[in-house]
Amino acid sequence: MTQLDGVTKPKTKRSKRFLEGRAPKLMEDGKSAMIMKGGNTNQAVTQALKDIYALKKPSAVLYKKKNITRPFEDSTSLEFFSKKTDCSLFLFGSHNKKRPNNLIFGRLFDFHVLDMIELGMEKYVPLSEIKASKCPEGTKPMLVFAGEAFDVDAEHRRLKSLLTDFFRGPSVAAVRLAGLEHVLHFTALEGKIYMRSYRCLLKKSGCRTPRIELEEIGPSFDFVLRRSHLASDDLSKLAHKQPKALKPKKKKNISRDIFGTKFGQVHMQRQDLSKLQTRKMKGLRKRKSQVVSGEPEGQVPKVAKTES
Amino acid sequence: MAACSVEELLAKAEKEEAEKLKSISVQKELDLEFDIGNLLACDKNRIESRDFREKKKEDFLRSLARDNTQLLINEIWKLPTERVEEAIVAKLPEPTTRLPREKPPPKPKPPTKWEQFAKLKGIQKKKKTNLVWDETAKEWRRRWGYKRANDETKDWLIEVPETTDPNEDQFAKRIKAKKERVAKNEFNRLKNIARGQKVKVPGVGLLPKAQQSRDELAKAVSVAKSSTASVGRFQDRLPKEKPPKNTGKKRKFEPLIGDFSNEKQRQLELLRVLDSKKPKLDITKAVNTQMREEDREEAAAKRKKGAGKKGRKANTGGKGGGKAGGKGKGGKAKGGKAGGGKAGGGKRKGKPGKR
Repeated sequence: MTQLDGVTKPKTKRSKRFLEGRAPKLMEDGKSAMIMKGGNTNQAVTQALKDIYALKKPSAVLYKKKNITRPFEDSTSLEFFSKKTDCSLFLFGSHNKKRPNNLIFGRLFDFHVLDMIELGMEKYVPLSEIKASKCPEGTKPMLVFAGEAFDVDAEHRRLKSLLTDFFRGPSVAAVRLAGLEHVLHFTALEGKIYMRSYRCLLKKSGCRTPRIELEEIGPSFDFVLRRSHLASDDLSKLAHKQPKALKPKKKKNISRDIFGTKFGQVHMQRQDLSKLQTRKMKGLRKRKSQVVSGEPEGQVPKVAKTES
Repeated sequence: MAACSVEELLAKAEKEEAEKLKSISVQKELDLEFDIGNLLACDKNRIESRDFREKKKEDFLRSLARDNTQLLINEIWKLPTERVEEAIVAKLPEPTTRLPREKPPPKPKPPTKWEQFAKLKGIQKKKKTNLVWDETAKEWRRRWGYKRANDETKDWLIEVPETTDPNEDQFAKRIKAKKERVAKNEFNRLKNIARGQKVKVPGVGLLPKAQQSRDELAKAVSVAKSSTASVGRFQDRLPKEKPPKNTGKKRKFEPLIGDFSNEKQRQLELLRVLDSKKPKLDITKAVNTQMREEDREEAAAKRKKGAGKKGRKANTGGKGGGKAGGKGKGGKAKGGKAGGGKAGGGKRKGKPGKR
């Protein structure tokens, strides 16, 4: 696919379009996720994967079969699958004695693993267990992160970025206000991460902005952090690099100070001060005879020319 | 009395207003950080774990989530809105959180050999019309592809040229020529890709050609001779056969022990070159650079002269080659010959200098 960059020519228009869809683009489409389970999973992990698939749905692929791999030991098979389905996010679920109820959230850059963080489920309430009306599929969720750990700890910060990347959905220019229904709330507290999913009810408050009531719809997780594989600074810098064409062009001669006041710089040609009109007075008026006598001789014909 | 009631009313209204705001306002020690483009909020406040333990866990989390969501919603509702098909839509600003890309940004395509040459010579692309007039069918047809105009492979009668063998199948000849052109084009495409990726392309002996030159024939003989299981080791030489030119050079080393005076001379020569401050003049290289420079200047001058002249030239070119159906080929052959001649001349000039 990508390693044979354009060596084999697509034979049909359709396959050409397909390859163009997968080729790197300046403005990227939203990331899609592949959700898979390891060699051994229990009911809880399988259900959890299905629930997260339901949250992520239009841009996710759920793998039904087992894949006996260990992402932290060998990520080649993950890379292979990501190439196959063109997904750059993954969620891997497994369950064993050493690490029961295990979920690995991760993301890839250029089909190589960038970050992955392993989370253990301590408590899990499935989507189906909570009897409440759910949000429609493909709703762009509002994401809220609470707790100072998400700001202080490096690993938590990376986890925040990863979860934002995972759950934020498509990037859009505008949202329908009545469609803001789904809230994902992540709380970091006492070494645990509580993930809750709420439906947001907009109540009348008397003013324009509505009052919010929340109703839990599930799934809800209590996570503990386990192993993590974070990208090196070089790699993450490379992955975050914005192409030159996308950067906003700097406008010349416009600057702002710290308060946001706009300053403009105007470039002018040197002003000819000899032609400056000063105050008009009878005594200062130029007279023809005076000009002839007062000015140096070189300029005399010039004056005469303009007058004629 | 009336004045008093007015004051009372005002106070009451104020109170009501405050109460209304109360329902949507939330007090926080530290302000939240918002990234409205991603509908993202980050609450950096310290969460009192005592509160957490005392209260019921779920209720505590929900109240925390409610407060944070209320603040996020307040922020979103401040955005400018517009009506799109019965729905009120808020315009989101650009996301501020930097997230990694999925794939590296696309690289610019490396120029093909032709593109390099065209740039050097200042040749610009011309747009051809998609439809051309077909004289035989009396209608407008596509220039290329299925049901194309002036399709020479669809002729039902071909005149046999006087000079060729009358038993030769002219139809098969045309088809073969077409296939060879296609194969050559594909080969060139692959070579361009290999050059773009800086991969060394293995030499492929000889390419099919309509008319082989003397040198090419000589090369064909040498290739054929070495294409045996023993790499031409046991092939007899023809009488008066010349040794093949420009075959791979083998590296030769001086013997380790032997002629000391020769070695000394070489070392001294090397030192002399290193010591002298004058740069060594490679005449071949210098001549080539000079020629390139002149070409470039010519091209730039031509481009500057104006579009009118160019347009006229383009038209004449189109007329001349249009009928043959292989206009590109005709042009190429010419260019190739001319270029080859020039390059050869340059080399010949250069060689004595090298020696």
